[in-house]
Amino acid sequence: MTFMKTLLGATATLAMTAGAALADPAVIFDLGGKFDKSFNESSFTGAQRWAEETGGTFAEVELQSDAQREQAIRRFAEAGYNPVIMAGFSNQTALETAAPDYPDTTFVIIDAVVDQPNVRSVVFDEHEGSYLVGVMAAMASETGTVGFIGGMDIPLIRKFGCGYAQGVMDTNPDATVVANMTGTTPAAWNDPVRGSELTQAQISQGADVVFAAAGGTGVGVLQTAADEEILSIGVDSNQNYLHPGLVLTSMLKRVDNAVYDAMMAGPEVETGVNVMGVANGGVGVAIDENNESLVTDEMMAAVEEAIAGIEDGSIEVHDYMSDESCPAISF
Amino acid sequence: MQKMPAWAEVVLVPLISLILAALISAIVILAIGENPWTALKLMVDGALGSTYGWGYTLYYATNFVFTGLAVAVAYHARLFNIGGEGQAALGGLGVALVCLYIPWPHWSLALIGATAGAAIAGAAWAAIPAFLQAKRGSHIVITTIMFNFIAAAFLNYLLVGPLKPTGSMDPATAGFPQTTFLPTFQDMFSFGETVLFRGTPANVTFFVAVAACVLVWLIIWRTRLGYEIRAFGHSQPAARYAGIGPTWIIMITMLMSGGLAGLMAINNVMGEAERLILNSVEGAGFIGIAVALMGRSHPFGVLLAAILFGFLYQGGAELAFWTTIPRELIVVIQALVILFTGALDNMVRMPLEAIFGRLSRPPKPDRRSAQSEPSA
Repeated sequence: MTFMKTLLGATATLAMTAGAALADPAVIFDLGGKFDKSFNESSFTGAQRWAEETGGTFAEVELQSDAQREQAIRRFAEAGYNPVIMAGFSNQTALETAAPDYPDTTFVIIDAVVDQPNVRSVVFDEHEGSYLVGVMAAMASETGTVGFIGGMDIPLIRKFGCGYAQGVMDTNPDATVVANMTGTTPAAWNDPVRGSELTQAQISQGADVVFAAAGGTGVGVLQTAADEEILSIGVDSNQNYLHPGLVLTSMLKRVDNAVYDAMMAGPEVETGVNVMGVANGGVGVAIDENNESLVTDEMMAAVEEAIAGIEDGSIEVHDYMSDESCPAISF
Repeated sequence: MQKMPAWAEVVLVPLISLILAALISAIVILAIGENPWTALKLMVDGALGSTYGWGYTLYYATNFVFTGLAVAVAYHARLFNIGGEGQAALGGLGVALVCLYIPWPHWSLALIGATAGAAIAGAAWAAIPAFLQAKRGSHIVITTIMFNFIAAAFLNYLLVGPLKPTGSMDPATAGFPQTTFLPTFQDMFSFGETVLFRGTPANVTFFVAVAACVLVWLIIWRTRLGYEIRAFGHSQPAARYAGIGPTWIIMITMLMSGGLAGLMAINNVMGEAERLILNSVEGAGFIGIAVALMGRSHPFGVLLAAILFGFLYQGGAELAFWTTIPRELIVVIQALVILFTGALDNMVRMPLEAIFGRLSRPPKPDRRSAQSEPSA
């Protein structure tokens, strides 16, 4: 039994030393790492903003393997971190298993729904934001052909593409939408060279506006579009600054706001499903000094009209994930 | 040159290599402004200081035992099987099909079924390179590594397409049914109020791994087949002259090797994830090479080396949780251990041999190579 005592004692010591950081929040970054210029980086930005404004500190970890998902959740919860925030649907299974064991800890998961009393699930209406940039793309296009380049071919990205195509078609029924996916594996999130090739291919099909919803691959799409002097649309964070005057706009998905809000609310953050859409600023279009010259007054008016329409329900943007089909475009 | 005593061969060489790796790692940690002593303590505490730590260490170790044994068995016939990654991935497919499509009444039966599925799938994947080597002389190193890529692409296709439940974003199969869940160490060793191994993935597969070690030892050193494999490994012409058919030996060795690599899937796919995910092997197939090298291709050595690498993985995870050491540097530390114990083996061995040679009687003109196995 002495050996057992030593073991238990060691655990207790560890728990106590770690417990010093009581009620600080913790953020778990996915396998892509926190500087992936996309999803994880956006949650890092939100956490960083919170830390700067409040002077607080937060624990963080970049996962190295899938076995560590549940481990990270449990370790942070056991050490007293609260809330524990994770971005990405890959954490869903792990959180479903671990959350019931820590009823006093609040967990926040972004992009997935975990039905537990102590979990806040943040999901975004990406199709609505994509609809808005679709409206702008249709108005900016002179050829009547616009492009969509997705990252990995998963329902979430089709949801982007479907909303975008609907926005284009509602604005200009004669328009053509060319859609391509970069690949079917997670490598598709970070393949700028392939993104560039796809952009070239879409340009040769007549596209003069391309929307990239492809994580790190999008960097290549935006670069090639700028080189060929056509317009591009960024995604997730504001990417207008990458090529001033050549990026029409960016479809904002405010993961950073979701993380920031959760950290601000602290352990008492409201649980349940939290839908971030056009109405509450979860998704939207980015207008700043880099793209002012490209956005005409008519465009602005059309976007505002679309926002109002989505809010009052007169425009219903089809959600690909609701039935895995898309009336506006076939992938 | 005089051969070293067995204890020096088995204990001293790996130990000195480890200390050298630890020293260089310490310098690396110092260079980024962290305290190497705290880091070491954190790793040891986190990986070995509690049942929680052991639960992860042994989980990783179980993976490495299987892939290590796979490399070790093949190495006895001087076949360098570096396709453990692909064979383990296919093993995962075997496990997934067995668990998803057969309604098992109890986990123990499911374990037997999954073991068979994993071994058969892994062995089948190794059979093609083995056949090409035996019949066409295509080098096994080239073919097995290329088969890793084919396996990855094949699993991509299956997990993005046919095996993925509709509406799911994850490229993964559906979760396995409850009856196939293997008992974890937490289920097995917790008693009353005391919860041991809380939330850790170590499971009953660890004992399968230990059994596999014993079985490999029996086959290699206690059966006629094992003798033939070793004879073939030492000298192919001599083995052929003695009537040992090369085709048969290459095929059977690679089937065993692939089967062992495939067995890893019962630990990570059935025991931990309880569904088949993309890239489920996560490099364990390659770690197996280092484990086999360090364990001198002996099952007991493989077991010890696997636990060491399990320690490095779990200790590395603890470093990532509680320090600001970036995860890339943790990989550097793990790589240093592999470098010193695997690739730079002779750097430690040769001076040691010289020392032992000088310590003992004047050397006799003994031309035995230093590459012989430790006595079992």
